Amino acid sequence: MALLEVRDLHVGIEGCEILRGLDLAVNAGEVHAIMGPNGSGKSTLSHVISGKPGYQVSAGQILFNGEDLLAMEASERATRGVFLAFQYPVEIPGATTMNFLRAALNAQRKARAQTEFSTPDFIKRVREVANSLNIPQGMLKRGLNVGFSGGEKKRNEILQMALLEPSLCILDEIDSGLDIDALRIVAGGINALRSSERAMIVISHYRRLLDYIVPDVIHVMSKGQIRKSGGKELALELEACGYAQFEDAA
Amino acid sequence: MKQVVTKTAAGRATDNVFAAAHGRLPGSGLVAHIRARAFEAYERAGLPQRIEAWKYTDLRALMGAVLPLAPRPDAAALVRAAASVKQTAVDRAVKLVLVDGVFVPELSDVDSLEDGVAVRSLREVLEDTTDSAMAGLVLSTTTDAVISLNAAMATDGFVITIADGEAVKRPIQIVHVTTGSLVSNFTRSYLQLGQGAHAALVESFVSAEGASGYQTNDATIALVGDEANLSHIRLAADAADAVHISSSIIAVGAKAKLDFFSMTCSGSVSRYQGFVTLTGEGSKLSANAVNLIRHKQHVDTTMVVDHAVPHCTSREKFRAVIDECGRSVLQGRIVVRPGAQKTDATLTTRALLLSDEARADNKPELEILADDVTCGHGSTSGALDGALVFYLRARGLSEKDAQALLIGAFLGEAIEEIVPESLRDFVTAQTEHWMQARR
Repeated sequence: MALLEVRDLHVGIEGCEILRGLDLAVNAGEVHAIMGPNGSGKSTLSHVISGKPGYQVSAGQILFNGEDLLAMEASERATRGVFLAFQYPVEIPGATTMNFLRAALNAQRKARAQTEFSTPDFIKRVREVANSLNIPQGMLKRGLNVGFSGGEKKRNEILQMALLEPSLCILDEIDSGLDIDALRIVAGGINALRSSERAMIVISHYRRLLDYIVPDVIHVMSKGQIRKSGGKELALELEACGYAQFEDAA
Repeated sequence: MKQVVTKTAAGRATDNVFAAAHGRLPGSGLVAHIRARAFEAYERAGLPQRIEAWKYTDLRALMGAVLPLAPRPDAAALVRAAASVKQTAVDRAVKLVLVDGVFVPELSDVDSLEDGVAVRSLREVLEDTTDSAMAGLVLSTTTDAVISLNAAMATDGFVITIADGEAVKRPIQIVHVTTGSLVSNFTRSYLQLGQGAHAALVESFVSAEGASGYQTNDATIALVGDEANLSHIRLAADAADAVHISSSIIAVGAKAKLDFFSMTCSGSVSRYQGFVTLTGEGSKLSANAVNLIRHKQHVDTTMVVDHAVPHCTSREKFRAVIDECGRSVLQGRIVVRPGAQKTDATLTTRALLLSDEARADNKPELEILADDVTCGHGSTSGALDGALVFYLRARGLSEKDAQALLIGAFLGEAIEEIVPESLRDFVTAQTEHWMQARR
C-alpha cells in the first residue's frame, strides 16, 4: 500500500476547477518531484493534501496510510504525519520561534499519546537541529519569521520538519527566493531527513533544485493533471524542451 | 410657569443608599461634610449618560441603580473570601485585603511590610479626629460623577506611604473581594511614593464563590515623587454578572517613571478610567491595557494622559480581544498643555474580533496646545488572519490552540513591558486561563 494515494482528484476554488482528475501514488522512502509551469495546480495540490480551507473537492480521494485524509482537519493531518513546508511562511510578531516550536511539537506528541518533551530536552534538541541548518540561536528568540530573510524563513521550515519528524513532507517551492548558498543548506537539511520511513514531495518549477535533491520519480504537471511521470532523466528532457510539449497532451 | 422635576429611578435609589449607609461611613465633622457635598455633586449629575467622557458606556442604562451598601462580612463570608484571596495572591506580594469594602487584617500581611513602608486603613485615618488634614482624602478633585459617589460612600481602603529613597522589594497587592450578592461596595486608597523610591502596586478585584450581581466602585489616588519609579498593575476579574467601576488619579513627578498595566477579564459591565498627569519635567509613562471580553460583557478602558510640563514621554498600548457578543471600548486622550514643549506621546489601540457579533469602539484623541511636540495615535480592529491560523493548524495545533497562540501574540506587546517579571508571568497565566475557558 502506498503511503499517499491520490485518486482522480478534482478540486476547485471559487467555482474555478484547478485540479482535473489528478492521480498520484507515493511510497514510503521515495522522493517525488512535481514540476510544472505556474498555474498548473502544484500549490493547490499541496494545500489540499495539508487541509487548507477554501477549496472545494468535487470528486476523488486522498488516502494516507489507507485512511481518508479529506475527512480530517488540518491539525489532525499534521499529527498523523503530513507536513507542508510553505512557499510563503507566515510571520507572527509576538510569538517567539521557540514558543511556537514547543507548541507545535507538544501538540503533535500529545495527539500521538507521547509524553511532552521536558524543557531542557526540548531546548537541546532545537539547538542541535538549528546548528545543523546554520540557524543562529538569536533567531529562535525573535518573533516567528519576523525580520527573517527569505533564506532564513525556508531554513526555519526545515527546522520544523526536522523536529516534527513527519512521514510525508511536502515542500512547496522550497527553492524560491534562495541564493545558491542558502539552497545548498536547505537541500542538505532535506537530504538529511530522507529515510526509508519517510516520503517527500518536492514541488518546484526550476530543475536546478533537483541537482541538490535527487528524486526517485519526477512528475510533470499541467492544467491540473499529471501529464508524464518518469525517472530523473525526465528532468533533462524538461530542461531541453520546456513544459510546452505537455500543455496539450492527454 | 410650573416646572416639574422628575427624579430618575437611579437618583431615587441612591438617595436611599446614602441615607442608609450613613452610620457605616467613617469620619465625622469636616469629613462628613465633604462626603455630603460629594454626594450632592453625584446626585446633580446622576450616573453618567450621554456625556462625551462616557460616550460608549451609558452607565445609567447599563447599571440602572446603585445597590445598597454591602453589610460587613461575617465569619462565613471571610472563609469564602480567603479562598479567593489565595487564588489571586501574586507570588511574594504583601497582601492588603478588603472584603466587601472592609479591611480584613487577618487575611492581610501587614506584619511583613518592609521598612519605609507605612500602611493604615482609610477607616482608621478618617476616624482619627486629631488629624483634620486627612479630610482631604475624600475630596473629589474631578467632576466625574462616579468618583464623587466613591468619595461620598467609601467605607475603607488604604493609605500607603513609602519613604524617600526606599526600594521596596516585594510588590504590595491590594485584593478586593466581594462575597455578597446584589450589594455595592466602595473603596478608596492612596499611595504616596517618596522621592527616588521604587515600588510595585498590584490591585486585584475578585469575587468569592457564590457572589453575584454586585457593584464595586474603587478609586486609587497616587502621587509618584520626583525620580521615583512605580509599577502599577490592576487586574479586574469580578463575577461574570458584576458591575465594576474603578478610577485612578495619578500625578507623576520630575524624572519619575510610571509603568502602568490594566487588565479586565470578567464582569458584565466594567469601566476603568485612569487620569495620569505628568507634573514634573522628564517624567516617563508607559500605560498598557488589555480588555478580554466574552458573553455580553461590556468593558470600557479609558485613559486620559495630561502632559502638563515639557520634556515628558508617554507610551500607551491598548489591546482588546472580543468574543461572542462582547463589547469593548478603548478610549485614550492625550492632552498637551500650553508650554509642554518636547512632549513625546503615542497611543495605539487594537481590537481583535473573534465573532461576528463582537463590537469594538476605539477612540483615540489628541488635544495639543503646544507647538513643538511629537504625538501620534493609531487604531485598528479586525479578525484573526486565516492564513496564520492555517499555518499553525498545519503544524498540528487545534483550532482553539492556534487561536490561543495568536491571541497571546496579539496581547504580547501590551504584556511584555510589565515589570517585575513575576508579575508579567502572573498576567500571562491569567490570559491563558481566559483562553482555556473559551468555548
